[in-house]
Amino acid sequence: MHIFAAEGEQNPLLPPVGEIIVGLITFAILAFVVIKFVFPMIEKTFQERRNAIEGGIERAEAAQAEAKAALEQYRAQLAEARTEAAQIRDAARAEGQQILEELRTQAQEESARIVARGEEQLAASRQQVVNELRGQIGSMAVTLAGRVVGESLEDEARRRGTVDRFLDELDAMSSSTPSSSGGSTAYVPEGDR
Amino acid sequence: MTSSASALASVLAVESDPGGGFVSPSIAEFYPPALAEFSIFGIDFTITRITVISWIATAAILAFLVLASRRMTVVPRKSQFLLEGGYSLVRDNIARDVIGPKYKPFVPFLGALFFFIIANNAMSIIPFFQISPMSKFAYPLVLAILVYILYNAVAIKNKGLGGYLKEVAVPPGVPPVFLILVTPIELLQVFIIRPFTLAVRLFANLFAGHMLLVVFSLGTVYLLGKVGENFSFVFAPFSFLMALFMTFFEVLVIVLQAYVFTVLTATYLNGAVEEGH
Repeated sequence: MHIFAAEGEQNPLLPPVGEIIVGLITFAILAFVVIKFVFPMIEKTFQERRNAIEGGIERAEAAQAEAKAALEQYRAQLAEARTEAAQIRDAARAEGQQILEELRTQAQEESARIVARGEEQLAASRQQVVNELRGQIGSMAVTLAGRVVGESLEDEARRRGTVDRFLDELDAMSSSTPSSSGGSTAYVPEGDR
Repeated sequence: MTSSASALASVLAVESDPGGGFVSPSIAEFYPPALAEFSIFGIDFTITRITVISWIATAAILAFLVLASRRMTVVPRKSQFLLEGGYSLVRDNIARDVIGPKYKPFVPFLGALFFFIIANNAMSIIPFFQISPMSKFAYPLVLAILVYILYNAVAIKNKGLGGYLKEVAVPPGVPPVFLILVTPIELLQVFIIRPFTLAVRLFANLFAGHMLLVVFSLGTVYLLGKVGENFSFVFAPFSFLMALFMTFFEVLVIVLQAYVFTVLTATYLNGAVEEGH
């Protein structure tokens, strides 16, 4: 112990000035290097890390927004397609209805035409038969009357008007009475002969 | 058992009277023989073992800081992670939380303080060094003086000399009657006691820690030397366990005192920055 105490009584709270200066220099060197080089580097790294994280978040947000937009687009397209399909269906239905309607009209027209033609033909043949019969009945009646009365009647052509009148009366009677049988008066004009 | 202490103990054993009582370590522990002595402008410089230890500690922490901060990557490596942990502690937990929104310019100084103190403190338990330069009052004193200059300069810059003095001497919310008592206390506190306590707190912790370690280490060696003489050697393991326990305790002191010094500096800076704290 005594060998160390040779420096004399020491007060630990009264350091020599030289020691303070040495300590100051030591700390100053460390502080200089650390403040000048080390800490700015760390701050820079922190900033880079912050940027990297923020960049990552931004990228993720952008991707999410993009996905959302795509989804919206798909939904819109789907809705559009559905509307279109419905429209097409409606149009087809309407068209079918129209075609059906047209066909029905056509068929009705056709049947009406056929019926009309049949009636016309029927009327024409009836007229023909009536005309033929009228001629035959007239000559037969005259012939019969001549045979009954004698040859005198044949000469007297003026008496022919009597026969015609008779036949017309007959006609009028037959045309007015058989109206229930569908007969029409139009095709039997009076005084046709 | 710590090797330098045992080396020291063997020296002491020769010095002290063989067979005599236990010679406890004295204040001479902190005044090792000079390795070099010179004088510049009338100021005596004594380079001792402790001076060299402070250089080694500072060089080591500086090497770590520089190497770990080179080629820093966004995804940290192991050493970078350690560096960032220490820096973030100072930056976020000390500077930002204590000083407040204007913390940015003080982070580098606080960081330098923290790393310097923790590295020099650590020397108190690292084998073959086992004494912290911080147990020499000169080192904490230097730091305390720097802190003193800094917080006063910042306060004067922010509030003006008059405003600063008024704020210290007449704290807001104190009834005028008490100012007779409060004003001298506040002035004494801010301008004299603060830097002194700041330095002494750090110094005394490391000083006492070193003394405790040396006492129990030397005690172990002394008691083991009694083997064959008497039965007091059976207490050697207890002394050793105490030395071990005190070493672990010292780890706590090393970190805690570095943290406390930095936090207090931040607190004083907060007072200098804030308006009417």
